[in-house]
Amino acid sequence: MMTAPAPFLLKDASVSRVMTQVCLALVPGIAAYAWLVGPAVLIQLVIASLAALLAEAVMLRLRGKPLAMFLSDGSAVVTAWLIALTFPPLAPWWLVATGTVFAIVVAKHLYGGLGQNPFNPAMVAFATCIVSFPALMAQWPSVGLQMPLLDQIDIILGLAPRVDALSGATPLDAMKTALKLGDGEIDVAHLLANQDIYGNFAGRGWEFVAAGYLIGGLWLWQRRLISWHAPLAFIAAFVAISGALWLYHPATFANPLFHLLSGGTMLGAFFIVTDPVSGCTTPRGKLIFGAGAGLLAYIVRVFGGYPDGVAFAVLLMNLSAPVIDLLTQPRIFGMKDES
Amino acid sequence: MLHQLFKFKGGVKPPTNKTQSVTLPIAAAPLPSRLIVPLHQSIGGTPRPVVQAGDKVRKGQLIGEADGWISAAVHAPTSGTVLAVAMQPQPHPSGLDALSVVIEPDGRDEWIDRQPFDYANATPDDTRRYLQQSGVVGLGGAVFPTHGKLTASRSVAMDELIINGAECEPYITCDDLLMRERAADIVRGIGIFRDLLQPKRVLIGIEDNKPEAAAAMRAAVAELGENFEVVSVPTRYPAGGAKQLIRVLTGKEVPAAKRSTDLGVQCFNVATAYTAWRAIAYGEPVVSRIVTVTGNVHAPRNYEALIGTPMDELLALAQPHPDTDGTVMGGPMMGFLVPTPDVPVVKATNCLIAHADRLFPPKAPEMPCIRCGACADACPHELQPFELYWHARAKNFGKTQQYHIFDCIECGCCSFVCPSRIPLVQYFRFAKSEIWAREREKNAADEAKTRFEFKQFREEREKAEKAEKLAKAAAAQAAKKAAEAAAAAADSSPAAPAEAAVDPAQAAKKAAIEAAMARAKAQREAAQPKNTDTLNPQQAEELAAIEARRQAAGLTDAAAGTAAVDATREAKTEE
Ligand code: SF4
Ligand code: SF4
Repeated sequence: MMTAPAPFLLKDASVSRVMTQVCLALVPGIAAYAWLVGPAVLIQLVIASLAALLAEAVMLRLRGKPLAMFLSDGSAVVTAWLIALTFPPLAPWWLVATGTVFAIVVAKHLYGGLGQNPFNPAMVAFATCIVSFPALMAQWPSVGLQMPLLDQIDIILGLAPRVDALSGATPLDAMKTALKLGDGEIDVAHLLANQDIYGNFAGRGWEFVAAGYLIGGLWLWQRRLISWHAPLAFIAAFVAISGALWLYHPATFANPLFHLLSGGTMLGAFFIVTDPVSGCTTPRGKLIFGAGAGLLAYIVRVFGGYPDGVAFAVLLMNLSAPVIDLLTQPRIFGMKDES
Repeated sequence: MLHQLFKFKGGVKPPTNKTQSVTLPIAAAPLPSRLIVPLHQSIGGTPRPVVQAGDKVRKGQLIGEADGWISAAVHAPTSGTVLAVAMQPQPHPSGLDALSVVIEPDGRDEWIDRQPFDYANATPDDTRRYLQQSGVVGLGGAVFPTHGKLTASRSVAMDELIINGAECEPYITCDDLLMRERAADIVRGIGIFRDLLQPKRVLIGIEDNKPEAAAAMRAAVAELGENFEVVSVPTRYPAGGAKQLIRVLTGKEVPAAKRSTDLGVQCFNVATAYTAWRAIAYGEPVVSRIVTVTGNVHAPRNYEALIGTPMDELLALAQPHPDTDGTVMGGPMMGFLVPTPDVPVVKATNCLIAHADRLFPPKAPEMPCIRCGACADACPHELQPFELYWHARAKNFGKTQQYHIFDCIECGCCSFVCPSRIPLVQYFRFAKSEIWAREREKNAADEAKTRFEFKQFREEREKAEKAEKLAKAAAAQAAKKAAEAAAAAADSSPAAPAEAAVDPAQAAKKAAIEAAMARAKAQREAAQPKNTDTLNPQQAEELAAIEARRQAAGLTDAAAGTAAVDATREAKTEE
């Protein structure tokens, strides 16, 4: 006897489809990134994906969950990709793998698996690794580095020494360090004039990566997989605080555009603060979550000791998400005029 | 004719699958082999059977008498012999049997003597009563007795009368065809409702995927010289939910705890208006309805079927394909699989869908909720289904009420969009029924407690009275004895023994009363906390919270509780 309840019609939707679309949305950003720093990024994506799937399989087996159903849901791959895209592109393979395994095992499965994790697993991985391996996490390929794929692979696999090629930093970090070293003598405009590092807006080439993520994010929004609330609030908060400080003292604070187009701002806006599991779910909650993450990210980025602040900001907001949700329950149908 | 439309939030756009069943006109279904007419076919009291096995009945003859004001009469759908008045399987998800009148048709389909109702000379109350006796109920699926909705609120002016021809559920086309073919009688029926409610405006809402129906209704309205407005509303499920249609046409939002008349608006289905007019103008009670027969069938079509027709006989007319494995009553969004294929067509049966995996693929296994919020975006009542789900699953029912579970109309939009394939609505139904059950238990316990306490009180009082009487008698006797003794003593001994004799009697009396009172007090104290002292603090808090919400929602007594339940059901699809 069939007891399947209504509705009998279902929309053609599934978790794996959602995750696949998130991955697809990352593609323009990935393409720009690979063009900017070299194909090593793609290697990292593969390493992270394999590590994630392996860790996921082991954990599912240990927890006695159906393997095929959950392995194919794609959530582990999304986590893996976010890790590969936030770690330095030439980071040693074991660092990426360790971060990924940590994300899947601890941040995801120990908290109950899919849908249960209070913290964004990719951000947990990033924060853990930057605290544990600060030097490795700060080694970025020098600007304009042209290195053959095989050499890049050698570096990732540890077969070649991690030499001067890796003395670089992200433009964001470079700016921070320069400002610190300059100790008030150097001004931002002067630094930005160095087009080799900063290009026309933020970091040479980085604006294309940012644009890639923006395109992917807008597509997700257009497909209604994410709502506009969190990204817009995140970006608005970034613009507001960076704009205010820039107006206040343009010599020591970079302009909003620089901040929008560098570091993890765009990736964060569309792919990280929008994570439904660890973020807020109510519309007003998403606004608060996004704005809070934006503000904190800026503060950590500019005043803190780490190259970028998105990860810490998001983790802090993850912590407050349940309370924000509770306090921002929307008015329901028919109860709008009641206070 | 431009009418300002409002939007309701959420909603979904499932494939409509309506074209299959609109190509042919409505056909009268042939007389079935037997009719099973359940007595309880509307919300409210179960009508009392007024026939018994062996009785000859004629078409339209009363077989079940309305029980109370919220209840509607039931009639024989054709002429024949009553085979039994017995429990029969029902088209209800519960799968429970219910009292039904089983009739064997004699093939003559002979009407009772039909008399039009003298509407012009009747008081509004007479008309309402007549509609009740004619078995007129909401035919959009909610089957609320129509006469019960035909009284305007005393304090709020009636602004709008909404007539629901939206028919938003996929597959269903019975209202569409009814409007196309019988628009004039619908419009006349609406006229009756208008007369009774005296609204400022009458708006007929029809989804814009039914242009033929809208045109037919417009023509009928014009021809009859009425000033009703026929408004095309955007096609989006559940635009035909009463509350959604009211919102779209008037901008008013009727909350779960209120009646729509409190906001000066009332809503009826087009088929309801039609049956009201048939009853008034032709003296025909509701013995048949239009049913869309569709789904996995060769020849989808709308049939006018007698109430009580076994569904398998009706479905057979549309020639189901061999892989049909069940029958859905209602639409694919809110309908349910009937427990056995031969359950009868009832007044709520707007559609039969032959079920097959080909049309409705089995659901993929349920995954954990990823909190994607798709369900919240789709919910027309702006609820947070994933929160409701979370708490319903944890059986944290107090919390589900906090998240407004009783505002859920069970439209299924959330389940429809959920990528994790969680049968959300099922969880919500479960939670609601659990809450009702608990509420009933609590009411029963409260009553029992009151009864018990009263009994205790009475017994103690009687005991005390008895003791007093005994003591009095003893005292009287002692006094008598003492008097005798005194009389005797007057002759010989001193009076002391007489005093001693009175004293113990009075002491006994006093002691008896005191003991009874102490017993009563002790028992009262023992009885008092019993109900609640097994609760842990959290439960106690929850109970208090539920109680407070109940009071806030005005659900302080059982009757109001049922009213709320009915209201939810009414909201379901008064299409
Ligand atoms: S749609 Fe399903 S998975 Fe998404 S939040 Fe709602 S219940 Fe959870
Ligand atoms: S079934 Fe209830 S919770 Fe789900 S969408 Fe409909 S009203 Fe909202």
